[in-house]
Amino acid sequence: MNLAHLSLLEQTVFVLAALALFLSFALLAQTRLTTMIHLFAWQGFLLALLTGVVATVAHTHHLYISALLTLALKALLIPWMLHRLTRRLQLERHQERLQHQALVMMAAAGLVIFSYWIVLPIARLELISTRNVISLSLAIVQLGMLLMVARRQVVAQVIGFMSMENGLFLAAVAATRGMPLVVELGIAFDVLVAAVLFGVFFFHIRESIDTLDVDQLTRLSEEEREQ
Amino acid sequence: MNALYATLILPAAGGLLLAVVRNLTLAGWLNLGLTVATFAASLLLALQVLGEGPLYSDSLLVDPFNIYLLVLTCFVGMTTAIFSRPYMAHVCRQGSCSQRRMRLYHSMFQAFMFTMLLALSTNNLGVLWVAVEGATLATVMLVSLYRTPEAVEAAWKYFILCGVGIAQALFGTVLVYFAAQHVVGSPEQGLNWTTLYMHAVELSPTVMSIAFVFLLVGYGTKVGLVPLHQWLPDAHSEGPTPMSAVLSGLLLNVALYAVVRLKMLTDGALVQTAHPHLAGHLLMGFGLLSFLVAGLFLHRQRDIKRMFSYSSVEHMGLATFAFGIGGPLATFGALLHMLVHSLTKSAIFVTVGHATHIAGTQSIEHIRGLIRTQPAVGWGLLFGVAAIAGFPPFGVFASEFLVLTATMQSWPWLTPSLLIGLGIAFAGLFRHLHPMVYGPVPQGQQPVRVNMLPVAVHLLLVLWIGLAIPAFLAGWLDQAVRLITGEGLL
Amino acid sequence: MADLLSPLNWLAALLQALLFALAAPLLVAWIKRIKSRLQNRRGPSLLQPYRDLRKLFIKEVRVAHTASPLFRAAPYLVFVATLTAAASVPLLAVKLPTAVLADVIVLVGFLALARFFLALAGMDVGTAFGGMGASREMLISGLAEPAMLMAVFTLTMSAHSTNLSSVIQHVLDSGLLLRPSFLFALLGLLLVAVAETGRIPVDNPATHLELTMVHEAMILEYSGRHLALMEWASHIKLLLYGVLISNVFLPWGISGDLSPAGLLTGAAAITLKLMGLGAVLAVSETVVAKMRLFRVPGFLNLAFMLSLLGMLSHVILEVGA
Repeated sequence: MNLAHLSLLEQTVFVLAALALFLSFALLAQTRLTTMIHLFAWQGFLLALLTGVVATVAHTHHLYISALLTLALKALLIPWMLHRLTRRLQLERHQERLQHQALVMMAAAGLVIFSYWIVLPIARLELISTRNVISLSLAIVQLGMLLMVARRQVVAQVIGFMSMENGLFLAAVAATRGMPLVVELGIAFDVLVAAVLFGVFFFHIRESIDTLDVDQLTRLSEEEREQ
Repeated sequence: MNALYATLILPAAGGLLLAVVRNLTLAGWLNLGLTVATFAASLLLALQVLGEGPLYSDSLLVDPFNIYLLVLTCFVGMTTAIFSRPYMAHVCRQGSCSQRRMRLYHSMFQAFMFTMLLALSTNNLGVLWVAVEGATLATVMLVSLYRTPEAVEAAWKYFILCGVGIAQALFGTVLVYFAAQHVVGSPEQGLNWTTLYMHAVELSPTVMSIAFVFLLVGYGTKVGLVPLHQWLPDAHSEGPTPMSAVLSGLLLNVALYAVVRLKMLTDGALVQTAHPHLAGHLLMGFGLLSFLVAGLFLHRQRDIKRMFSYSSVEHMGLATFAFGIGGPLATFGALLHMLVHSLTKSAIFVTVGHATHIAGTQSIEHIRGLIRTQPAVGWGLLFGVAAIAGFPPFGVFASEFLVLTATMQSWPWLTPSLLIGLGIAFAGLFRHLHPMVYGPVPQGQQPVRVNMLPVAVHLLLVLWIGLAIPAFLAGWLDQAVRLITGEGLL
Repeated sequence: MADLLSPLNWLAALLQALLFALAAPLLVAWIKRIKSRLQNRRGPSLLQPYRDLRKLFIKEVRVAHTASPLFRAAPYLVFVATLTAAASVPLLAVKLPTAVLADVIVLVGFLALARFFLALAGMDVGTAFGGMGASREMLISGLAEPAMLMAVFTLTMSAHSTNLSSVIQHVLDSGLLLRPSFLFALLGLLLVAVAETGRIPVDNPATHLELTMVHEAMILEYSGRHLALMEWASHIKLLLYGVLISNVFLPWGISGDLSPAGLLTGAAAITLKLMGLGAVLAVSETVVAKMRLFRVPGFLNLAFMLSLLGMLSHVILEVGA
């Protein structure tokens, strides 16, 4: 088993990445919004921890800053903002009825296998010890997208969007030991602005169509309808 | 370099400044002034590049490919700002928009200009991504400016679809960085385009081809390639007209520019493999699909701005297709097409803004007899549509002709589909246009105060380029072609 | 593999099987004790299950007149099948002759055999509760078995063998390796074990309300020694799962040979692990409430998802790492 060739810390990276993937699955299965926000916060925390471990393994010190940034942004600030929004929108006890739950979970498993297949040529190149985590990160990105597609509630869609960013961050850390700090800061800034804009949007949507169910956003379509 | 810094700092500072200016008239003039200053700075930059050659630094890059796009962006931004000042004041008086939202509008307009200019002039692929995403974020609030249910829905769709697409592009960027790690000396240089281009052959072909697919899907969503175009008709039609003009005219170009830059890297990496033209073929496939599908959808539209946004999808598809063919002739055609399409489409949207002002609605069925009510608007719309449909002697005809010639040279069996597509789009546009311009005038339709000067300037430029393309422009484009394909046309 | 002809080895194997049977009630008593302590009671003594079994063995057997011969035979079949399954799981030492039998698929097969006769016995007398218990048991096991097999296959893929002894030996040989696949397989197996042994949150072993019963409903008609055998079989099943989980995922302490010192260390190690596992089960039973039946498929889907993730992590992360 080649796993034995890796140091204990690198094995920890694998375990943390697998747990982050598990949290993505858990997000797909959750019905309560508050629990979803908590799961998303935990995913952010796991990623920050993972970044710290990779920083220790690869001796890249700017990754520590990245880890702290992720912790502050993804594990604390954005979940807090989403919590505040949920309270203001009075969605705390909201429980969504999941449509086609079994199909969604099967699609999720299928997406994990698909991501693995896509990245397989890269994984075979053996260029970096944590390359296998690239498959997991792509899977987390695709599961975030599935979450956005499968949910009707806007807050759930936003969490899906944010968890996609989590997957991308994991890819950057695992494949490349972190992008240059400038880029990381830019991406973090974009994510923060996006989160703020989402928050503003919820209120606009609710004002205009009186609900936060995006299935009701149907006025613009290519079908013929009476004007 | 100073001109470049000025071009970037002016809109950035403007965005911050306009966030606090409360007086609407002052904001309008300030917006205009800033865009004029940015355009002047870009002209200075162009002169500098013409004289001394390309400018490179670690973070910024100005070479023949992006200099004309930079000047174009500043120019269209300026003319749109000229149009937007009285138009938005009128909209505000009508009550569709409050004072606070106008502040947001002006500030985001400048922020949008800044992010586009940054995307065009950066040398770092990561910063390119950040800037394109920033452009999306800046415009999202603007699309929903009028706060109607349709506008909010359009903005939400735009946000979500472009967000998802852009995330794929970020994954592609990470993969490019991954490939670069093993080739480039210092990790900091891993996202530097000039360094990557120099070492393109050494980049791993497997990683680069997978990366390119993700990047094409990601940035292609922003270009409006079918089937990722769903957000485009909604976003371009529901926002305020100046927004539609810059979105259609400028943002699509920036996204396509990103795609082409990355294609240059991928081509370099794949040159010694079994499929050296993978990137080109993908671009051709998506481009042709967008071109044909958009032409067909054009016919069904009932909203004038939606119709023209499908026309944007179609033209961007054509440009993508041409970039995919590769080779100096097609690339020259594509670059020329990006230029003239941008000028024509923004002119059309400005005219459409006036037309909807006259008719009081965006629905095609209810806009009639423009040429009788206000000849300036009527003729403007007529010439604009003629230009975009590819009538000679306008510039679009010249670029489309070049693309057709290139297709006949390398892919002769695809030429009929191109011709058919052009024909379908032509028919669709004119079928809708004819009653709008020449139909019976409805009761009580009055002429309004319009400023057709920007439109006239744009259309004259397009005409000039079509009739006798100026030597310096042709030289610029030829240098860009040389950079992209390795051989020049002229 | 051990010397199949040595009588000493076979003696050791027989002793291990007896030890399984004798130690099973002790584990149940330990769990009950901890639960009572958590509820602020002193709880019954650790020998109480033995006393209960003895009481039942002495009592008269009453069989309904609608019962078939299967009804009388089922307790013996169930007990023997469960004990055989248990005997094949390495308890103290890895290299027993019965280790050849210790294939995970054989294990699952024996447990399925026991479950089959248990369900038939429940339906045999024709009462409503028996049938209800049997159908619920089949629902739960139908969903739990794929999860268990998936978790077990994850382990066998790492060890390249379905033999339990080989798996344990492989884990021992690899040293301390943090495997995501094992982590997920452990979680999946824990959930499956809770479902298969009929513990809270799937089934309450101490319930008196027939409508909430699953396992108890099937053995509702039994009395005397038949009931004693059925109860003993369920105790052995719990011990089986406990030993399986402890020895496969945390095999340190298990003896590699049959020396007395090794066996004693093995015994001490497994006792400690089972005490810990029993405590965990007791705490979780106290903290989590019993689920309504329609939520059990969701619980088992979670177990399946975890096992599937374990398999995927193995293929994606660990092969070619």
